[in-house]
Amino acid sequence: MSDTKRALPALLPAAPIKLPTQAERRLTNGLTVIAIRRPAVPLVEVRLRMPFARANLARGAMLSQTLFSGTAEMSTVEIAAELQSVGGGLSASVDPDRLMISGNSLAAGLTRILEILGEVLDGAAYPSDEVSTERDRLVDHIQVAKSQPAHLAREALLQRLYGRHPYAVQTPEPEQVRAVRPAQLRALHAERVHPAGATLVLVGDFAPKRALDTAEAVLGSWNGGGKDVTLPPAPGPEAGPVLLVDRPDSVQSSLRMALPAVPRTHPDHAALQLANLVFGGYFSSRWVENIREDKGYTYGPHSVVDHNAAGSVVLLSAEVATDVTGPALLETVYELGRLSTLPPGEEELEQARQYILGTLMLGVSTQAGLASLASTYAGVGLRLDFLSEYTAQLRAATRDDVAAAAAKYLAPSGAVTVILGDAAKIEAPVATLREVELE
Amino acid sequence: MKIPATKYPVERFTLDNGLRVVLAPDRSAPVVGVAVVYDVGIRSEPEGRTGFAHLFEHLMFQGSENLEKLAHFRHVQGAGGTFNGSTHLDYTDYFETLPSGALERALFLEADRMRGPRLTEENLRNQVDVVKEEIRVNVLNRPYGGFPWLKLPPVMFDTFPNAHDGYGSFEDLESATVADAAEFFARYYACGNAVLSVAGDLDVAAATEMIQRHFGDVPARPAPARPDFDEPDLTSERRESYADRLAPLPAVAAAWRVPNPIDDFAGYLPYVVLAEVLTDGDASRLVERLVLRDRTVTSLGGYLGFMGEPFEVRDPTAALLQFHLPPGGDVDKVLRTADEELERLAADGLSAGELGRVQARMATHLLRDTDAVLGRALRIAVLEEQRGEPELINDLPRLIGEVTPEQIRAAAATLTPQRRASIEVIPGGGK
Repeated sequence: MSDTKRALPALLPAAPIKLPTQAERRLTNGLTVIAIRRPAVPLVEVRLRMPFARANLARGAMLSQTLFSGTAEMSTVEIAAELQSVGGGLSASVDPDRLMISGNSLAAGLTRILEILGEVLDGAAYPSDEVSTERDRLVDHIQVAKSQPAHLAREALLQRLYGRHPYAVQTPEPEQVRAVRPAQLRALHAERVHPAGATLVLVGDFAPKRALDTAEAVLGSWNGGGKDVTLPPAPGPEAGPVLLVDRPDSVQSSLRMALPAVPRTHPDHAALQLANLVFGGYFSSRWVENIREDKGYTYGPHSVVDHNAAGSVVLLSAEVATDVTGPALLETVYELGRLSTLPPGEEELEQARQYILGTLMLGVSTQAGLASLASTYAGVGLRLDFLSEYTAQLRAATRDDVAAAAAKYLAPSGAVTVILGDAAKIEAPVATLREVELE
Repeated sequence: MKIPATKYPVERFTLDNGLRVVLAPDRSAPVVGVAVVYDVGIRSEPEGRTGFAHLFEHLMFQGSENLEKLAHFRHVQGAGGTFNGSTHLDYTDYFETLPSGALERALFLEADRMRGPRLTEENLRNQVDVVKEEIRVNVLNRPYGGFPWLKLPPVMFDTFPNAHDGYGSFEDLESATVADAAEFFARYYACGNAVLSVAGDLDVAAATEMIQRHFGDVPARPAPARPDFDEPDLTSERRESYADRLAPLPAVAAAWRVPNPIDDFAGYLPYVVLAEVLTDGDASRLVERLVLRDRTVTSLGGYLGFMGEPFEVRDPTAALLQFHLPPGGDVDKVLRTADEELERLAADGLSAGELGRVQARMATHLLRDTDAVLGRALRIAVLEEQRGEPELINDLPRLIGEVTPEQIRAAAATLTPQRRASIEVIPGGGK
C-alpha cells in the first residue's frame, strides 16, 4: 500500500431533473392519455391503468390471465403473433387497486399495438377452452407460490395487517379459481374494463402530440362508462405479539415487519422517506450495515415505503439464518428504536438525501422507468411534475424533520411483526424478546 | 417490419498498463453507467474451492487501498448512485449507475480496488456468512432452487470447470482463506485481464483524461493464459433426476451443445433465434403446442447459456429448454413432444411471417436492454472482453434479423435426443 492517501474526487453539481417533452389529453370517453417523448431507442412503452378496486379476487386474477386469450376475430395465438410482428408484447396484471396492461414495441408499431389493445378492450371473448387452460395454469402457479417462503410470509403479514380490509387477501385460493366461469369474466369485463378513470401512458420515440392523435383515433371509441369504486381507508398497523408461522425444517426465517406510513402528498412523506433510507431503505443504511455487513445474519434485508390507494405502510423484510432469528430481531428492533429516539447524523442524512435525489434521476432516464413512474403517479392523480415538488421537499427536510418522522412512524412499539420459519427452533429465542403468538 | 438499430458511438483504447477501455457517449439523460469486467468466472475457480469466484466478488466490496470497509457503498450511494457486482461462468462484473457529475468518483473507486482489495480474515468470515445466506435464499430455502442453472451442468459436462456448482458448497466456502483470495486476485484481477467501460452522459476527451489519471498507475500485470474449457459433444442421451422436497410440481430442463459463440458467431446466432421461435410468447411453437393445445406444460422457457446470456458466454455452452408441468405431469411425454416439434420444424421449416415477427420482438428486447446506461456499459464491456468488438452492440438487432429460415431449420435438426442432457425435478410435495 502507498503511504499517501488518494483523495476522493468531488462531485460535480447535479443538474436539476429535466422532464421530457410531454402532452396530455382527456378523450371524450373518459380515457386520459399521457404521451412522453424519449427518443433514445426506437421503441415505445405502453401502460394502461384501470381502477379495479373491489373486483372479485379470483375472477380478477383470471381476467388478467385471459384478457389476451381471444376476441371474436382473433385467437390467442393470432393476438400474440400480431403483437410480435411489430416487435410488441402486452400483458395484464391485477392488484387490489388496479388492472394494468403493460408492454412495448418498436416505435413504428405504435398504431398497431394500440389497435390490438383496443380490440381486446372492446372485444375480449374469454373463450371456454382458453379459460379452462388458463384456470389450470393459474392454479398451478398459485400452488408454486404457496411453496415459496416469501409468498407465505407476505400472505401472513397482509392478513395480520389488514384484517377485514380487501388488502388482507391478495391471492385467490385454488378452489376459488376453479369455480370461475367464462360468463363471469365477460360480466366482470363489461362492468369494469372501461376508460373512465383509466390512464394510458405512452413513452418513446415519437412526437407526443402525434402519439395522442394516434391514441385518440384508435381508442377514442372504446366503450365509455364504468363505475367509480373506491376502497375504504386501510387500517394502519396495530401492534401485537409477534406472529410466528411454522414452516418446519426451514433453513431461514422470513422476518417481516410493517410500520405506519403516509401517502406521497402528505407533508411528512419526504422526511419519512429519508428516515426509512437511514434505517434500512438502501445498502448504506444502519440495518444493512448491522445485520449483513457486521453480523452476517442475512443477504438482502430491505425496508420500503409501500404506497397503495387506500393506505401506505413501511415494510421491512429479511431472510435470516434460522439460528440467528432471535438476534436478528433484536438488532432490527434496536435500529428502529435508535432512529426513533435519537436524531440521525448530519452526514448520514446527507448521504440518504443524495441517494434518493440521484436515484430519482436514474429512474426517469429510461423509457421503461419513465412509463412506470408516470403511470404510478397518474394512478393517484399526480403528474411527472410532482417530481420537482418532491425533490424540493427532500432537499428541505431537516434533521429535526427526519427525527420527528422516525419517532412518529418507525417506532418499534408500533410494528406488526410476522416471522415465518421453523417454529420449533425459533419460538423460544423470539419469545425472550417479544410476546409470541403461533399461527 | 424493418428492424431498427442504434447508433451509439463506441470509442476504444488501451492504457499503457494493458487496461482496455470502451466509451459509449450518449447525452440524452444526465446519467452514466460504469462497468469493470474481469475475465474470470465460475469456470476458473480451483477444485476444492467451489463458489470462490463469487465469494471473491463479495470481497471486492470490502475496502481497498484508500477505502475502509463500507466506504465503497457509501461513496456510490452518497453520490446518488447504485452499484452491484455479479459472477458469471466466464466473467465477473462490477458496476455503478450514477448522475454524470459522479463519474470521476466511480472511476476512483474502481481504480482503487483494481490496485488491490483489503483482504482480511474478519471480512472474509463475514462475507462467507453473507454468501451462505444468499445461497439459502436462492437455492436451499425455496422450491426449484438452482434449477436448472446449477443442476444441469453436471449432467451435461464431465470436467470440473464446466460441471461444478458455481454457488459453492458450504464446506468449500468455509475453508476459503485470505491467502486463497490474495492468490486469486494476483492471478486473475490483473488490469491486462480487465475492461473498463463508461456509457451515457460523458465527454470523450474529459473522460479519457480522468481514466488515464485514475487507472494509469495501476501496476501493469498481464492476463493469465485462459485455458480451453472445451469438452466433446454428447454422443448419447444423458438423463438424471433429483428430488426437491420443497417443489410442489414436476419440472424438467434439457440442454444441447451449440457452436462456439465466439469463434463461430455466425453458426451460433441461429440457435439464439431458434430458442425464441420455440418459446417466446403464446405464438411460439412450444407454447402453442404444449401449453395451449396439449396442456401438458404449465410454463416453459428457452434460452442460450446456463445463465441465460447469449452474448456474454464462451464455449462450451448450450441451448436450454425448461418446462414446468401440472400435477402428475409426464416428463417423458413432454420431452417426446418437444422432440416432435423440433423434428417438424426441421422437416417443414417455418410458416410465413413466423421468423420475421420473432426477429422483430428480439430487436425490441435488445434495444430495450440498452436504453439504460448500465445495460449499455455492461454489454460493451463484455463484448470487448470476449470479442474485442464492442461496436457489435449496434449490430446485434440487424444480425439477428439476418438469420434465415434455412439456418433455423438446420439448427433445429441438431437438437436431437441423442445429444440431449436433461434433468428432472421430482416434487417432494411442497411444504
